[in-house]
Amino acid sequence: MSAGTLHFGSPAEIRSLLEGVGYLADDEIATVVFLADRLGKPVLVEGPAGTGKTELAKAVAAMSGVRLIRLQCYEGLDESKVLYEWNYRKQLLRIQVERSVGTGSALGSVPSNTTWSSIEEDIFSEEFLLERPVLEAIRAEEPIVLLVDEIDRVEVETEALLLEVLSDFQVSIPELGTVKARSIPLVFLTSNDTRQLSEALKRRCLYLHLDYPSLERERAIVVEKVPGIELHLAEEIARVVRSLRGIELEKPPSISETLDWARTLVILGIEHVDSKTTRSTLNLLLKYQADIELAAKELALEDT
Amino acid sequence: MLEVLTDFVEELRLGGLPVSPREAIDAAAAIGELPLEDRVGLRAALGATLVKSAEHRAVFGSTFDIYFSGRGTQRIEGKSAVLDEATRRTALRDESASFSDFAMISTQELAALLMSALTSGDEVALGEVARLAVGMYAGIEASRPVGISYYFYRALRGLELDGALAALTDYGQGDRQDELHDITAPLGKLGERLLIEEYERRIEMLRDLIEAEIRRIMVADRGTGALAASLRRTALEDVDFMHATREELSEIRRALFPLARMLAVRLARRRRHRRRGPLDFRATIRGSLSTGGVPVDLRFRTPIPAKPEIIVIADVSGSVAAFARFTLQLVYAIASQFSKVRSFVFVDGIDEVTGIFLHSTSIAEALARVNREADVTHEDGHSDYGHALSVFAERWAKEVTSRTTVIVLGDARNNYHNDRASVLSDIKRRARRVYWLNPEPRAYWGSGDSIMEHYAPYCDGVFECRNLHQLEAFISSLA
Repeated sequence: MSAGTLHFGSPAEIRSLLEGVGYLADDEIATVVFLADRLGKPVLVEGPAGTGKTELAKAVAAMSGVRLIRLQCYEGLDESKVLYEWNYRKQLLRIQVERSVGTGSALGSVPSNTTWSSIEEDIFSEEFLLERPVLEAIRAEEPIVLLVDEIDRVEVETEALLLEVLSDFQVSIPELGTVKARSIPLVFLTSNDTRQLSEALKRRCLYLHLDYPSLERERAIVVEKVPGIELHLAEEIARVVRSLRGIELEKPPSISETLDWARTLVILGIEHVDSKTTRSTLNLLLKYQADIELAAKELALEDT
Repeated sequence: MLEVLTDFVEELRLGGLPVSPREAIDAAAAIGELPLEDRVGLRAALGATLVKSAEHRAVFGSTFDIYFSGRGTQRIEGKSAVLDEATRRTALRDESASFSDFAMISTQELAALLMSALTSGDEVALGEVARLAVGMYAGIEASRPVGISYYFYRALRGLELDGALAALTDYGQGDRQDELHDITAPLGKLGERLLIEEYERRIEMLRDLIEAEIRRIMVADRGTGALAASLRRTALEDVDFMHATREELSEIRRALFPLARMLAVRLARRRRHRRRGPLDFRATIRGSLSTGGVPVDLRFRTPIPAKPEIIVIADVSGSVAAFARFTLQLVYAIASQFSKVRSFVFVDGIDEVTGIFLHSTSIAEALARVNREADVTHEDGHSDYGHALSVFAERWAKEVTSRTTVIVLGDARNNYHNDRASVLSDIKRRARRVYWLNPEPRAYWGSGDSIMEHYAPYCDGVFECRNLHQLEAFISSLA
């Protein structure tokens, strides 16, 4: 196997590099990123919302100092938004200009055959091509990281298109010929699991399931991201959050909500998260009234 | 290594995971990139290349443990203050005794070690406790045909873990000093709860370690393949709802919510995609300005998608008791995803439970309230689909409109009552779609008092729905 495009030595190296850009990875994450680079395969990242799926791609781009190209998926996304489309407004203007220059009057004359083919060649050139993220990633001169965010939102047809592009890393544009990637980009696909992705796509990818972090990892994240937090407070926060995730909530607290909570507690100058403070700041962690009530009941929090 | 890998992949396939040859090749390539002795890396590499869905991780995990835990050193290496202390104490009693030899220590000493390992949460010490407990209590006999759980419970009984938890939490009341208490003490009642949770987690960890230790000994004894075959689990999506164990049911419940969300997305998307609205003349003209007045882009008004309305009618009688639990969970999951869901449960009477699902904070509460408050018996408490459906038609037929999807969940075992299938045909005429999900194998439909075929003509689709796989197939067929 050839060494990967980004030339990482080992998973441990990736781990420390990621830490350098403020993303605390565990061994599994580091290993999968390492393999993705070595084997030249896309990574499919699945897991609950707010576990740092998108962050991972950003951090990998940041740590290797390469450009991140992002394709945000949504329902109705199609080829012209994924790969390329022709800027037909500009083409139309170009034709009109040609007419007025060629015949001296703007209207009423049919261009001859020779002019037509030259115009055609002209209007289907690079200048009139609108490059979309995936084509941009393939045509990039330097190694890049491509993030396809929330791929579960697109229709099956678009997914098939992405699958085709991501397996060959080439795109053929009828008017221009085939564009082949110079270096294989490191691709991250994220999914919130709103629908099952096709088996073919899954087969093509490495799979990484990002769950909520372990107690130790979450504590480390809090210490890393919240300046001026006391170690014991971070510990308490991580424990309370883990306890909350153990309850069956509509929307368990995500990592970013944990961080919001931690920051708020620091700003408020709170030393310990006892029942009272937790109850009064619970709305930072939980976003549904029903969840808040349930959590207060389950953890026997005192009303303020 | 390659041989082990092929065996491993074969075992995963037997466990129900769809591993393609291509993925097996990827796995081999991935292993090649990593140092051989890196166990964590090996697990991550195999997981990333062979397992492509969260539901399959449980099968993968247990199979991996069987195939790869026995190899290399099992004992967690590292220094442990707790262990050193214990060794010192034992050594005082008997110069020659080595602590790692379990024949030399007494039950009391092990109990003491257990307590200090649990209070410190020291993983090395816990591993040692697991090893000693298996040696002392499990009494593993070579080639005796019993499963892991037999030895597992013997080891647990010997350790008296329940007592240990009680003792630990009692400690909490006193003025014991250790790291964990320092953290939780200032938090008052919340701290107490966190403390208990932490101890429970450590005990859980110990149980896992004990299981791993027994598995290691048995792999050495019987060989990998034989053990894997005796421990094979069914992949979650193929577990029959009617025969699921409690753990499987709770896993299924977790898997239900994404499915309900999928269902919601499916139904909403159909609506949005079906029609384009009428031509938006004004927007078209304005858009044409950039192309010199030529209307290249026709603009349409987007139709406001009508919210899908769902009516779920579920049989909760005894004959489908196991399924009914699942049914209610599904209804709860659906209700949490759609704004307009009305739920009904019936046995021979029928009652609306929409409000109960709406105002319950958890599924457990909802289920308890349905069982307590819903008035579902009319005469004898045996399912009577005919009566239940006609009462439904009488009281709620007006609510069924051309935007409503009706989903009936039940086995269509009518106890030889009148089927009144014409009622269902009335409902079908009013509704957009009528689907019937039946928890019985298709082969049993129509046998005995099952009258599925009487109702089937009045449904847009009748689906066998015994496991997650089939439920998923039903949802996929909607699009």
